[in-house]
Amino acid sequence: MKEDSYLLSVENLGLKRSSRDILTHVNLHLRPGEVHGLLGLNGSGKSSLAYALMGSAGYEPDEGVIEFAGRDITHLSITERARLGLTLAWQEPARFEGLPVGAYLALGAKDQNRESVAAALEAVALAPAAYMKRPLNHTLSGGERKRIELAAVFAMGARMVILDEPDSGVDMLTLRDVAALIKSMAAQGRSVLLITHRDEMITAADSASLMCRGTIVFRGGPDEVRQYYDKRCRMHGGALGAQPWQRDSAGWSIPT
Amino acid sequence: MKTASKPLHRGRAEAEPAWRKEFEAILEAYGRAGGDPAALKMPNVATLVVSSNRVLVANEIPGVRFEAEELPHGVRARILVAPDAHIDKTVHLCFGMLPAEGEQEIIAEYDIGSGAQVEFLAHCTFPNAIHLKHMMDARIHVGTGARMIYRESHYHGTEGGIEVLPKAKVTIDEGGSIVTTFSLVHGRVGKLDIDYDVAAAKGSVAELTTKAYGQSDDVVRVSETLHLNGEGARGLTKTRIAVRDRAISEVFTTAEGNAPFARGHMDCTEVIRGGATARNVPVVLVRDDRAHVTHEAAIGTVNHKELETLMARGLDEEEAVDIIIRGILQE
Repeated sequence: MKEDSYLLSVENLGLKRSSRDILTHVNLHLRPGEVHGLLGLNGSGKSSLAYALMGSAGYEPDEGVIEFAGRDITHLSITERARLGLTLAWQEPARFEGLPVGAYLALGAKDQNRESVAAALEAVALAPAAYMKRPLNHTLSGGERKRIELAAVFAMGARMVILDEPDSGVDMLTLRDVAALIKSMAAQGRSVLLITHRDEMITAADSASLMCRGTIVFRGGPDEVRQYYDKRCRMHGGALGAQPWQRDSAGWSIPT
Repeated sequence: MKTASKPLHRGRAEAEPAWRKEFEAILEAYGRAGGDPAALKMPNVATLVVSSNRVLVANEIPGVRFEAEELPHGVRARILVAPDAHIDKTVHLCFGMLPAEGEQEIIAEYDIGSGAQVEFLAHCTFPNAIHLKHMMDARIHVGTGARMIYRESHYHGTEGGIEVLPKAKVTIDEGGSIVTTFSLVHGRVGKLDIDYDVAAAKGSVAELTTKAYGQSDDVVRVSETLHLNGEGARGLTKTRIAVRDRAISEVFTTAEGNAPFARGHMDCTEVIRGGATARNVPVVLVRDDRAHVTHEAAIGTVNHKELETLMARGLDEEEAVDIIIRGILQE
């Protein structure tokens, strides 16, 4: 499936690490302004796909093509991809010794003035006066750093944002906050790839996919995917690394 | 020539155009080194300005006295803070050389009287250095219960043709404290060889922080020794060095726990890139079973995740590395 109207087009993407298949035959397409939810259990390959899309070291695909805004970006650097308008909010944000929050946000911001940086902080419910000058290091909680990471991609004004588990590992960041931010970005015409293992999160999406064993096993509307996940997957969620789907001649299924 | 107890810059500008020209030039260099030139002109701020072997300004205030003597290749200076004097405004020191070649030797003696509190901000600026040597030989005495903060920032220009040898022997009396920060993170380092030796008496505190950013063929060598001689003396060395290209960093720190309940810690982080080399050799020496001395060291490249995060914001790799390193050095 290939259309000129897609902002992101991933065709038959494959990635091996130490001879092990991490991603196999991944196909994914996003239109401008579309919010797509990518759901899957822990270890299903969601974050690996995010890193491969962003061009992280060690995640260079072995096969397939990634196109963004009509350009083949499969072998471009992270910087080149970012400058084309693709960015990623990491599941576990980095810490930066000695770098104040305001300066960090301004580094990649579309408008580097104080007002736009402050607006990005407000978009994630952080008071600018309290955070602008704070160092982005261990003195901030995980939840605060998560919000700041989201503020950074918001400030950047990228054409497409990959949010890798924006709701994980935080106690303060509510689903409502994340959903509001996603809607705000979509309203600005930006695409969002929302990666999550919480099925309730994908209600914020326009479309969704379900990932297992490094590939997409089901796609549809958010409710469809959620129901499919609820019936066939949720019971396996407690076992870390559980990947219940198997592929046979008929396609992907969960053996009974 | 000996100068003391007089604000040399007042009234001299009009009479001595050569002095004025040099003073203005050193002010400009001071500003480039990160200093605030206006501070060097304030009558209520204690200020000592030395250019090559000339004392341009020795502005004293109550509680702070300078005795300076010009030598063939430098200056001998005594900096005296009266007992129990609490100096509200930071004392500004400026040591510099404008020529591209030459030698400057500063022999300094700091005597911080008992119970005094003072903060120094020293800027050492050599903006045009091509073949230049700067030696600082300091003896620092911190009296009983006195508190001294000493921050020294260097700017060496872009050529790297400079050799800087700061040497200090520090004695801290009972209950006194000294906190020093040496910073050389802008421009080229050239060759830097720091040698600090601190003897800490009962209940005293010493904190030494060194930050440097070496590039090209710069060499950074730091040697710091803490003798925690008194009961309950505490000492910390904190070293943050980044080297890239072919630069070399060598850090030798020693902490001696020589008395009951002495506490010492050495913390060294060195970041390397390209063909640079970094070495850390901590020595822990404990002579009392109630003393406790620790060290931690990390040498490696910039954090991979930090690098990729900044690149994902559109910065190229070199820009990202520079920001990460400057952040580490700034903290």
